[in-house]
Amino acid sequence: MSLALSEEQELLKNTAREFVSENSPVKELRRLRDAQDPVGFSRDLWKQMGELGWAGIVLPEDLGGAGLGYAELGIVLEECGRTLAATPLVSTTLLAGNALLLGGNETQRKEILTAVAKAERVLALALQEGAHHAPYAIATRAEAIASGYRLTGKKTFVLDGHVADQLVVVARTAGASGERDGLSLFLVPKAARGLTVTRTIMVDGRNAANLTLDGVEVERSALVGSAGRGADVLDAVLDRATIGLAAEMLGTLAEAFERTIKYLKDRKQFGVPIGSFQALKHRAASMFVEVELSRSIVLEALRAIDENRPDVSQLASVAKAKLSDAIHLIGNEAVQMFGGIGVTDEEEIGLFLKRARAAELTLGDAAYHRARFAALSGF
Amino acid sequence: MENLDSFRTEIGKWLEANCPPSMRKPMGPDEDLNWGGRDKVYENLEEKQWLDRMASRGFTTPTWPKQYGGGGLSSAEARVLAEEMRRLHCRPALVSFGITMLGPVLLQYGNEAQKSEHLPKIVRGEIRWCQGYSEPGAGSDLAGLQTRAEDKGDHYLVNGQKIWTSYADYADWIFCLVRTNPTAAKHDGISFLLFDMRSPGVSVSPIKLISGSSPFCQTFFQDVKVPKTNLVGKLDGGWTIAKALLQHEREMIGGMGLGMGGSGGGGSLDQLAKEYCGTESGRIADPVIRDQVAQHMMDTRCFTTTLRRSGDEAKSGTGPGAASSMFKLYGTEMNKRRYELLVKVLGSQALGWEGDGFNTRELGTTREWLRSKGNSIEGGTSEVQLNIIAKRVLGLPD
Repeated sequence: MSLALSEEQELLKNTAREFVSENSPVKELRRLRDAQDPVGFSRDLWKQMGELGWAGIVLPEDLGGAGLGYAELGIVLEECGRTLAATPLVSTTLLAGNALLLGGNETQRKEILTAVAKAERVLALALQEGAHHAPYAIATRAEAIASGYRLTGKKTFVLDGHVADQLVVVARTAGASGERDGLSLFLVPKAARGLTVTRTIMVDGRNAANLTLDGVEVERSALVGSAGRGADVLDAVLDRATIGLAAEMLGTLAEAFERTIKYLKDRKQFGVPIGSFQALKHRAASMFVEVELSRSIVLEALRAIDENRPDVSQLASVAKAKLSDAIHLIGNEAVQMFGGIGVTDEEEIGLFLKRARAAELTLGDAAYHRARFAALSGF
Repeated sequence: MENLDSFRTEIGKWLEANCPPSMRKPMGPDEDLNWGGRDKVYENLEEKQWLDRMASRGFTTPTWPKQYGGGGLSSAEARVLAEEMRRLHCRPALVSFGITMLGPVLLQYGNEAQKSEHLPKIVRGEIRWCQGYSEPGAGSDLAGLQTRAEDKGDHYLVNGQKIWTSYADYADWIFCLVRTNPTAAKHDGISFLLFDMRSPGVSVSPIKLISGSSPFCQTFFQDVKVPKTNLVGKLDGGWTIAKALLQHEREMIGGMGLGMGGSGGGGSLDQLAKEYCGTESGRIADPVIRDQVAQHMMDTRCFTTTLRRSGDEAKSGTGPGAASSMFKLYGTEMNKRRYELLVKVLGSQALGWEGDGFNTRELGTTREWLRSKGNSIEGGTSEVQLNIIAKRVLGLPD
């Protein structure tokens, strides 16, 4: 598949850019943050994204989705990344939605995903337990009982966890933490007895939550996929979500870069634009190359999902590692080049730095993905 | 698409029938690709046979027009040819600066007589070209070059000195930047001349590099007479041509790290790291080396994908500008990182200079590591490329 955008994709890009800049500019994220908004994103915005077909853009048409590909979803995510738009696309469409799409039974898929496609449902994937992304390091136990399963454990950094209507919880039905075998996925309603959800206020103004599962009982039908083989679903979910997140990061770093270049042209010191200084020019040019490489690998990885290619997992790691490093660099350089104004809350570039670091550490940082790539490549 | 498929089938069959067996084997340590030239002596007649057969279809320059001996292929067809050659392990039949650098600008800027005279000889490997650009006082500041060409009525008289002239000691002709107007602003007094290296007054002296090899020369011109018909483009208008040619050169150098030139260290990085650093449960034992090998493989993937995207976007007319500077910069810096990592992986086995105790690959790595240091200097330093990106792509002010 060509790495150049088709005419239809260009059109979608323009539509998405207009939509987010009008309905969710950067100041909207600031408003949600300053108002300590209990939801943390705009439900109206999410509803509109449902109407535009974006909430379910990759869902099949029989589930109410648009039946398009990740190449298209990536375009929407990239544009959302440009304005730091807080939406449930990552939690609901990419993470928990994919868990149900790839592992769910007929009922789960029909009931829940059709609601997702209409943006009438928010979901979350409760995976991480420690301070780092480590998808098999799961100590949360799921014990088989007569009526189904009883879940006990703790989860952290659950994106949109405090507003999710339903959660997909990764728990262990067998084995020890760190093992790939023995994981199982469960669908847990937010009102389940024994489930405590604590919202965590994150640096990027986005939503996350800590969960405590204190003997949460679910029926056998709550199982997503087969018991003990959850990693088969989880791996594919994480590949797709990681690539999707990388697409969002692409928008964020490209916007931060472009704002920085504009600042270098506008800001004058010593009577000249600071962008005329070679010390800054070379760093700006180096960043440009990183933006271009980032764009290429994101486009390639998105297309690999659509083509169902065998190297999707490797590409997910290449993309996330590259985008993590690039957004780290550009976030830091942007703030430095903005100078004093860059470290004020008033200037928006600081919001990009905050989002950069959160996105970098979400779903595995660069070092994690290099190690994963090495393992997948047999070294 | 169907046409491409049938083209692929036809090309595959033709290559199988026409590529001699020795030209389908990996090159030995003492072999080089065929650079052609009028003094070329063929020890292996199959090498000559392979060149002649490829040239007869214009496949040494697949996309050049047929009227000048080229293949007349579309870029899609040329890609198929390259893919089929790779699949069948066919060596390139000919490599040269005529193909990668001079030809493209002659097609764009040369007059009919110049194209008809020089292009077919490049296609057939009859004339080997070298590049007269840098001078002792004009490196990064290329436009500050001082080699003079004076108008003597029926000819130009060239005096001056070039340096870093790659393979001048093997070359038949030179494409050369000369100053034709010493009073004009420095970019506006330069012309692009072609002349025979056998002309009286031309002398060449190879320069030994830190790698031990001598791919570059100093080239001296003393009262060299050049016919006026050998001026390409307008008098004093050579800088435009010079820059266009540099883009082709930069693309060529940028691609070198991808195995299009050099041996690339012989063997994949991960395998070498396993061999030289040991393994633990199938992994490279040293976690830092493992991380760096992964990093390098990822960088390579991102870079090749960017090259491909650039091609795809060029087809749809949306390609990034000044792409050649980006590719030159990143490709050469990546190649240097590759060799630094290889030295780290091979350890003291990468420190051998010659003789016993080291195998061919190890000795090659030592030399290639040193050779790679020139990659980010030749064809415009990395710093010059950063300047070009800052100015032409980002529009940052002077």
